[in-house]
Amino acid sequence: MDKFRMIFQFLQSNQESFMNGICGIMALASAQMYSAFDFNCPCLPSYNLAYGLGILFVPPLVLFLLGFVMNNNVSVLAEEWKRPTGLRQKDPAVLRYMFCSMAQRAMIAPAVWISVTLLDGKCFMCAFSTSVPVEKLGNGSYTGLSEKEMRRILARIPCKEIYNGQELVAREVAVRYLRCISQALGWSFVLLMTVLAFLVRALRPCFTQAAFLKSKYWSHYIDIERKLFDETCTEHAKTFAKVCIQQFFEAMNMHMGLGHTHSPEAAPSEVGEEKEKLLGITDQGTMNKLLKSWHKCKPPLCLHQEGLQNGNGWVEENQHRNHISLPKREIVTYYSKV
Amino acid sequence: MDRFRMIFQYFQSNSESVMNGICGLLALASVKMYTSFDFNCPCLPKYNMAYGLGIMCLPPMALFLCGLILNRQSLVMLEEWKRPTGGRKKDLAIIRYMCSSIMQRAMIAPVIWIIVTLLDGKCFVCAFSGSVDPEKFVGFANITPTQTQLLLSKVPCKDDELMKNNPARKAISRYLKCWSQALGWSVLLILIVVAFLARSLRPCFNQAAFLQTRYWSNYIDIEQKIFDETCCEHARDFAHKCILHFFESMQQEIKLRRFNVPREEANGGEGEDDHLRGITDQEQMNELLKSWYYSKPPLDVSQATQRQQSAGRERLSVPWADTLSNRGNAPQKAKTSRQTDV
Repeated sequence: MDKFRMIFQFLQSNQESFMNGICGIMALASAQMYSAFDFNCPCLPSYNLAYGLGILFVPPLVLFLLGFVMNNNVSVLAEEWKRPTGLRQKDPAVLRYMFCSMAQRAMIAPAVWISVTLLDGKCFMCAFSTSVPVEKLGNGSYTGLSEKEMRRILARIPCKEIYNGQELVAREVAVRYLRCISQALGWSFVLLMTVLAFLVRALRPCFTQAAFLKSKYWSHYIDIERKLFDETCTEHAKTFAKVCIQQFFEAMNMHMGLGHTHSPEAAPSEVGEEKEKLLGITDQGTMNKLLKSWHKCKPPLCLHQEGLQNGNGWVEENQHRNHISLPKREIVTYYSKV
Repeated sequence: MDRFRMIFQYFQSNSESVMNGICGLLALASVKMYTSFDFNCPCLPKYNMAYGLGIMCLPPMALFLCGLILNRQSLVMLEEWKRPTGGRKKDLAIIRYMCSSIMQRAMIAPVIWIIVTLLDGKCFVCAFSGSVDPEKFVGFANITPTQTQLLLSKVPCKDDELMKNNPARKAISRYLKCWSQALGWSVLLILIVVAFLARSLRPCFNQAAFLQTRYWSNYIDIEQKIFDETCCEHARDFAHKCILHFFESMQQEIKLRRFNVPREEANGGEGEDDHLRGITDQEQMNELLKSWYYSKPPLDVSQATQRQQSAGRERLSVPWADTLSNRGNAPQKAKTSRQTDV
């Protein structure tokens, strides 16, 4: 118990750093995913924007949801939100605190993806290549083209091999322009996120510090209580199973013992101990019968001695009666006591 | 307990080194970010300056704020600043000390970014290529100012057709890079001299007051940590008692429902029954789990100790009576299934 207590304390005091660790791993995974992803711009007028913006926004959404999924506290939050009030009032401040802290952590990996995407520039270039200002960057006097044709040429800017509009606007100039804007947006995004994070952290002690301490304590409490309850149930189940099985073996032994003579008392004491452990089942036929019984007719989930005295629970024809008589058994045994 | 004391002492002596470690990591991250960042000068007349100065100034600001956010002490300082006075007076010297130590640590990563940027030179060349005096260089005579500006803005881009073979491009590039590196080394030298003076002259002024403020700022930090630890321990014990009380009240309720006196089921060991806590039946366990969900116990363990002292059992039956009567058909559900749904 002492060991468990120490482990619990370690986990609890390090719950925050554990979640921070997961958060950092997801951010690194997000950057790695981006570099491993083989970006492939379609270079077609209407597809470019869809593809580029899709790559910019869909993976962050997935990462955000994954951040929630990987956070253990999601189920704690959902349980606390949905439970009936019962004897314990619900505190919306605690729910808000838990949700906010989970959302903040879940937002880091998407923010990393968006920053890396914008700073790299391929995505932005793909999405907005058709919006390049040709009159500023290129040969404005090249007017022999319809709008559609020009868009088709500009859409090929991200693809070096098939670009055929060098006279319209030099590809390197357009690429540099688009990448410059993309990187400027990327750094602005990074700065904005950092400023927001700083404000959230810095302004909190100025307002509602006492309420914050309260919510933090009770949200930790809910988490610990849940863990301890699961531990207690597991201990209980283990002991329950042990005693149940022990009684089953004893009952089997008693049942078998009705048709057998008792083992000779002449057995030496150390063999006697072993025999005790065997609980009376000492040959193949008996063991087979016991196993079949265990499968066909498990004992009722009741550790009171009255269950055994109800007799012949192992015979198949009594099985049905045994089930139905379960709730009434207490009254029967009460009267039989009298 | 002894182990926790050792851990506490470790944290106490190493709070500063944890902060220094974070600071160093951020500085390394800053250098790594710069080397992996693909610098891309637009080589367009008005965009160059904006881009170059942006790259020189925006990331340092983000790194500075990151340094403030990641430093735990900044929160401690803010809380100390904003707390109501209550029973403890506030000492502004402590707050100033904490603030200055936080700022010093947070400024290292931005300064490293700026120095690396200047020493590398690309940024400076991009930003100021348009501001160079063209008369100093060959090849800019007889060109209109607009054209000159255009050519100058193409200097940072090596592969641009307009300036690829222009001899002045390399000259301008070298010139600007020289300025950039000179500036970088000067900034580095000035900062190191300032740091050196600050550290060596500090003992000459107010050493006693400095020792006091350092002690008390460390104290505030540790007090905060220990308070958090104590709250965690308390929550754990609270939960433990709450759950035990819950099991006991279930047990007592079941004893009340049964008319016979509970016998001591001494078969095969008291040890097992201790863990069983009186719940020995499938329906009982199901009811316990259902009650746990539908009606969690109130957050008040003082009643538990009072109940244990007095023999008042009737108070226990009240929370369970109506809930159990509502689920009067629960025992019949057990007849078809043998397995618990724990």
